[in-house]
Amino acid sequence: MAAARPSGRRKQKLKWSKLYTFSCLRPSADDSSPNEHLLGQPGFSRVVFCNEPHLHKIKPHKYSNNYVSTTKYNLITFLPIALFEQFRRVANLYFLLAAILSVTPLRPFNQVSVIAPLVFVVGISMLKEAVEDWHRFLQDNKVNSRKVKVHVGNGLFVQKSWESLLVGDVVKVTKNEYFPSDLLLLSSSFEDGLCYVETMNLDGETNLKAKRSLEATLSLDEDADFFKFNATIRCEDPNPSLYTFVGNFDFEKESYPLSPTQILLRDSKLRNTEYIYGVVIFTGPDTKAVRNSMRSPSKRSRVERKMDYVIYLLFAILTLISLISAIGSSFYTKFDSSKMWYLRLRDDHEDLFNPDDPMFSGFLQFVRSLVLYGYLIPISLYVSIEVVKVLQAMLINKDINMYDETTGKSVEARTSNLNEELGQVEMILSDKTGTLTCNQMEFRKCSIEGISYGGEVTEVDLAASRRMNIDVERYRYSLDGSDSTGRSIEMFDLSTADDGTEKDVLGSHEDPKTVKSRTSNSRKDSITKGFNFRDNRLMDRMWIYRSNVSDMMMFFRVMALCHTGIPVEENGNDKTKYEAESPEEVAFLIAAQEFGFKFCQRTQSTMVVQELDPSSGLEVKREYKLLNLLEFNSSRKRMSVIVSNEDGEIFLLCKGADELADNGRTYQHVTMMHLSNYGEDGLRTMVFAYKKIGAPEYEKWNSEFTTAKANIGPEREELLENASEVIEKDLLLLGAVAVEDKLQKGVPECIDKLAQAGLKIWLLTGDKKETAVNIGFACSLLRHDMKQLHLCSSKESKSNQQMKDVKEEILRQLQSYNQLIINEENRNDAPFALVLDGKALELSLSIDLRKHFFSVAMNCDVVICCRVSPKQKALVTRMVKEHSGKAILAIGDGANDVGMIQEADIGVGISGMEGMQAVMASDFSLPQFRFLERLLIVHGHWCYKRISKMILYFVYKNIAFGLTLFYYNIFTGFSGQDLYDDWYMVMFNVLLTSLPVISLGVLEQDVSSDVCLQFPALYQEGQRNICFSWKRIIGWISNAILTSLSVFIVNICIFSQSSLDKEGNIADIEHIGTITYTCIIWTVNCQIALMTSHFTWISHLLIWGSILCWYIFLYLYSALPPLYSQNVFHLFTDQIGPAPMYWIATLLVVVVSLLPYYVHVVVQRSFFPMDDHIIQEMKCSGTDVTDTPMWLREQEKSKQLTQIGYSARVDAKIRHLKEQLHRKRKSIYLTVTNSPIYKTVVRRDITTLH
Amino acid sequence: MEMDDGGGGAASSTTAGNEANSVSLRHGRSKVMYQFTQQNLPACKPVLSPAWVISIFFAVGVIFIPVGIVSLHASQSVVEIVYRYDSECVPGPLRSNKLAYIKNSSIPKNCTKFFKIPKHMKAPINIYYQLDNYYQNHRRYVKSRNDKQLLHGLEYHDIGSCMPEDVNHGHPVVPCGLIAWSLFNDTYSFFRGIDELKVNRKNIAWKSDRDHKFGKQVFPFNFQNGTLIGGAHLDPNIPLSDQEDLIVWMRTSAFPTFRKLYGRIEEDLVADDIITVKLLNNYNTYSFSGTKKLVLSTSSWLGGRNNFLGMAYISIGSSLIFIAFVFMLLHIKNPRPYGDTTNLSWNWKPMSS
Repeated sequence: MAAARPSGRRKQKLKWSKLYTFSCLRPSADDSSPNEHLLGQPGFSRVVFCNEPHLHKIKPHKYSNNYVSTTKYNLITFLPIALFEQFRRVANLYFLLAAILSVTPLRPFNQVSVIAPLVFVVGISMLKEAVEDWHRFLQDNKVNSRKVKVHVGNGLFVQKSWESLLVGDVVKVTKNEYFPSDLLLLSSSFEDGLCYVETMNLDGETNLKAKRSLEATLSLDEDADFFKFNATIRCEDPNPSLYTFVGNFDFEKESYPLSPTQILLRDSKLRNTEYIYGVVIFTGPDTKAVRNSMRSPSKRSRVERKMDYVIYLLFAILTLISLISAIGSSFYTKFDSSKMWYLRLRDDHEDLFNPDDPMFSGFLQFVRSLVLYGYLIPISLYVSIEVVKVLQAMLINKDINMYDETTGKSVEARTSNLNEELGQVEMILSDKTGTLTCNQMEFRKCSIEGISYGGEVTEVDLAASRRMNIDVERYRYSLDGSDSTGRSIEMFDLSTADDGTEKDVLGSHEDPKTVKSRTSNSRKDSITKGFNFRDNRLMDRMWIYRSNVSDMMMFFRVMALCHTGIPVEENGNDKTKYEAESPEEVAFLIAAQEFGFKFCQRTQSTMVVQELDPSSGLEVKREYKLLNLLEFNSSRKRMSVIVSNEDGEIFLLCKGADELADNGRTYQHVTMMHLSNYGEDGLRTMVFAYKKIGAPEYEKWNSEFTTAKANIGPEREELLENASEVIEKDLLLLGAVAVEDKLQKGVPECIDKLAQAGLKIWLLTGDKKETAVNIGFACSLLRHDMKQLHLCSSKESKSNQQMKDVKEEILRQLQSYNQLIINEENRNDAPFALVLDGKALELSLSIDLRKHFFSVAMNCDVVICCRVSPKQKALVTRMVKEHSGKAILAIGDGANDVGMIQEADIGVGISGMEGMQAVMASDFSLPQFRFLERLLIVHGHWCYKRISKMILYFVYKNIAFGLTLFYYNIFTGFSGQDLYDDWYMVMFNVLLTSLPVISLGVLEQDVSSDVCLQFPALYQEGQRNICFSWKRIIGWISNAILTSLSVFIVNICIFSQSSLDKEGNIADIEHIGTITYTCIIWTVNCQIALMTSHFTWISHLLIWGSILCWYIFLYLYSALPPLYSQNVFHLFTDQIGPAPMYWIATLLVVVVSLLPYYVHVVVQRSFFPMDDHIIQEMKCSGTDVTDTPMWLREQEKSKQLTQIGYSARVDAKIRHLKEQLHRKRKSIYLTVTNSPIYKTVVRRDITTLH
Repeated sequence: MEMDDGGGGAASSTTAGNEANSVSLRHGRSKVMYQFTQQNLPACKPVLSPAWVISIFFAVGVIFIPVGIVSLHASQSVVEIVYRYDSECVPGPLRSNKLAYIKNSSIPKNCTKFFKIPKHMKAPINIYYQLDNYYQNHRRYVKSRNDKQLLHGLEYHDIGSCMPEDVNHGHPVVPCGLIAWSLFNDTYSFFRGIDELKVNRKNIAWKSDRDHKFGKQVFPFNFQNGTLIGGAHLDPNIPLSDQEDLIVWMRTSAFPTFRKLYGRIEEDLVADDIITVKLLNNYNTYSFSGTKKLVLSTSSWLGGRNNFLGMAYISIGSSLIFIAFVFMLLHIKNPRPYGDTTNLSWNWKPMSS
């Protein structure tokens, strides 16, 4: 076909389907979907007229356009929905009712003083919502206006924006572009209609997936071909299932069944393929990716949720005192009304004081009291918290220590209402690819014929030996005797004697820096991406001088030939770049090239390698015939190629998992050890082997294999596998390679710190188990002395019965693990790790197994879930959240993490990468994983403490103020008279007490940021929620009650009768109100000063400024004309201001009302100090500088004992080494003491003593 | 608040924090902004060390006691005579039904009483009347007035707030409202021997009220003209701004027991002087079983007689000093070294993994 049509395709077009053994060459009959009869039924009614998008503009085939919206509101719905959201808060609803009441005669205050704060509060909150939604809208626009080439008729393709795409449009997507919607693949730049897609955003899997078009549409491979293209698709209705598709393709009067193989999904990316043509089937909201995404739920922190209960409590208090007032009022009205003639209650029947119907009056009084004592409910709390959180978020965003210079991005708090939740996180669920790793493979080490190249010592060994050396050093100095020096050296030698680390450790003993620089240098000057290997024995063609050159060559040949990659020419550089299904293969090809085996061309049946000929030292191009390609599958865990060289010799080159090494060569044991060393360092290993096949043997096998290949039916795969296994026998082991799945910068250190702060980390990844475990090692989540509990379902389960069996199997596993854990509970040196795959996970999470699963999982130090789908990630997150009740943080970077991010208490997205979905769904976005440490341990800690303090203070000040109104009411015969002027009351929450709280919420620091990082234990204050416990809340409420009582009682005693000044004037209601109010303003503002431990000039300004503000306000208000200021007129300047009594009383009241709190704080600090108190003291007295050892020792001690993390691993290693040392010494001691010389010496000593 | 300043100034460690290198390049405002965004603003971090705690307690106590003594002294220097007359002024036979007595306007309400001056009283001597169990702070009562009318008189027609004492015989009442209507109407005159003591009834109200809140051109109108007569009548020829009785009365008291200034005797009264009070016992406190007292009181720089303030200062001050001593003892006996690490949670709690 290619010959018949001169096409614009690339030269090395390949029929991949011919190369693949297993998946791609499946006969088309196999593709037929069993669900075909469903078409046309409900749920399968979609009809797509290909290339006729205009038909989809009208009914009945009008489908939604490709605009995807993630906004919460639109212009019309904003007002009602946002208002509804606002009044879902109980407090706001209450204030709405109060505002409504305030326009009735029942009002205790004027309308403005009730309505204005409400409008202000709700307005600000809504404004915030609007701004946030606007940002979402802009982000949507960015996505929706991406461009794609669309067929507009006459074979013409024009760039159009994504949103204008309609069902039925034919689009052309080129390499590395995202698919704009769900497409049916028609043809690709490859002749057989194959294309590769990266579905990382959908399911998190990093390997590329091959999709293949129908044979029928292969011919449509040029723009012009679409001039007359016409077809109809009948398929299923939009649904969220990513892996199924049912449909029929009617083309040229024939009907072809469609399968998921032909479907390209939105949010996946075209890779390794120049271009594809496709027809739009599902658009916008109908696409599977969008169907899979959930609306971002509005999250609330647990502090805020608890705050709701505090508010309810306040409501209860409010109702109680209102009830008391109402009953009191009824009694007064009923029994005292005739006596209080001056009220003339019977003259006009005011409903509030109707002596004929005291019950009704009482009820009205109750309603009125609810409004009157409304100051108990901190209306401005929400708005203040919101303001504070926005400011906190701003400070988080601006933190220079969380700014990533390479991407130019910094941390972004996308929603500000979870700041304090950051301080309470107990578990982190992390994605792997793109979050912990950069999805970039580097060739690091190899072991050829039992010799390891590329550095033998692992990082952990290095660190352990370094630490031990420090200990030895210290020990030496401390003893300061020649004898001990000798012993320490001896100890040291022994410790490292039998490990392969001897040399490096000795090196580090002499000069640890050189070793360090060697390892770090090798990182830095890695010129070639994907190749981080330094060993003079192999580099720069040096390998040709080694003894076993032929095996070496074979080793490199496996590297260069056993793969499915293709070379990509690059201009101006003699180095070739490669594209392959997995980044690992690319790393191998690059490494092979570095070693002088440059894979330069692939055709349908040949591979050309430019080899370095060791005998001549020249580069020779050699062509290998590719006879068979036995691709990787999970049961064989290996991949082989069968090639013949120019001499006709046939080789089977194989690479595979560790088991491959087990084939009886002399260096097998060494290789195995190397493999385990590599594995411990978190490197991904691969074993190389080969065998030479005689021509007759090959022929015989090949015929068997071909028949297996031609087989059509379910047993085909099994047959192929058996055939493969026949030939993959008796292989000769060559060696092993190790590639590093490169971790992002600072990941192990960050995990280490987080673990020390008491956080648990779960790894959830879409990748396969081996990869996940590797990464577990690489970031020190796993270590070798950990017991790995594997949970997996061995059988495929299709029927219900099988399902049951599998379930039982899992249950059995879980129970046995549980038993294991219980038995070993006390032993700290036997940490557990749970590794399970998606299927096992799903079963474990079913209702009947859930309990067992969590009892195992919660006792494991680390849990690694591999092969989990996005849905499962979200499910795990929800389950863990519900089951443990702990605050969960989920971190991820791709669209496959969106569910998890949304489900978790806090979702964090990594923003450095291409995809924006995770970031869009996240609450915080980080450019790098490592910033998580500072975000949680510093900002989380601060925000948690700040918000808790702030809420408690708010409760305090409102109760302290609100209750005085109640007390006063008792003295007015429960008539509902308020003590303070309306405007005082408005000012209370708005101006006079609000700003210091904000400064507390933004600027307060119990300890500085470096101390936070040095003492991870401080983070546990948040996890244990001690700053916002009910004990504290009740304590603060009691404090508030005490304050209100002392303010009120002292003021009564002073002012109720005696004259105010030396003129003999008596204080009236207005004077007493003003004086009491002054005392309250002083008290609450001094209270916040007492709570503050970090005074910046801003806090000083706001606290003392607020008090000053009160006097200024009073001065201005009393200077207003009497019609406005009423009884306050000239009150301050002429009446209370000049009276010394006013000032003396203020001082007394403030001291009395603050005394209980102060005594409490002093007692607590002196006798029951908390960690932060002591650290503050240490910082203050400067002991951290003068007594550095103590300071460091305490830091060390404060770390939560943990089994995961880098330092835990180093500790374990040291323990291990010390044990070894101990054993060695014992054996030496034994040998020495048993030796005749020793015996004689001892005997002599004894005799001389005698 | 002393403690904050004390603690702040005392144990403060002004740290600028660890500054990034780039800071040195920045100056002035941008530096402050940078410090703010990096949460690195210089701050004083007061730490309540035992020494500071004790000295703060001590210092506050030391300030409080003298203040208390001075206040108490001022209060003690005030001579105050309180004389309850409400029941005594009811003629013997009528005492069983005081209400009938007070309501019957035909019975003369004259009453003459004597009392002895216990101590020398320096002029001016304030005369108060003290009512008890009288809810002048009742919501209905408090709002039953109209400040605009008080200032501008009949020009203001909207006097709805004055209900039920707003209109009489179809005409608005000036001054309207329950407060004015229930104006206190007992009168007192004082004699030493046969000389009547001059009682100055001017300047008993706040000057600001007289000058700005009660109209100089507003005269009582249609006042106490209805079927129910509340309290005192007002001379319709005197403008409201000069009716100081009314002005004082209109300043509603905060509590059910209250005093109001009646006038001042502007000559000294010598100890053991016998003072005769001739009073008209007009005001009805019997129906709500309130009491009426006549109070003669001098005043000090601090005001009237009120031992509470001084006592409170002294007791708080002394208890603070006591607490200071207790703390000192506790600290000496069982000292917790400053910044002692043994109290850190990880040093006394078994760690749980």
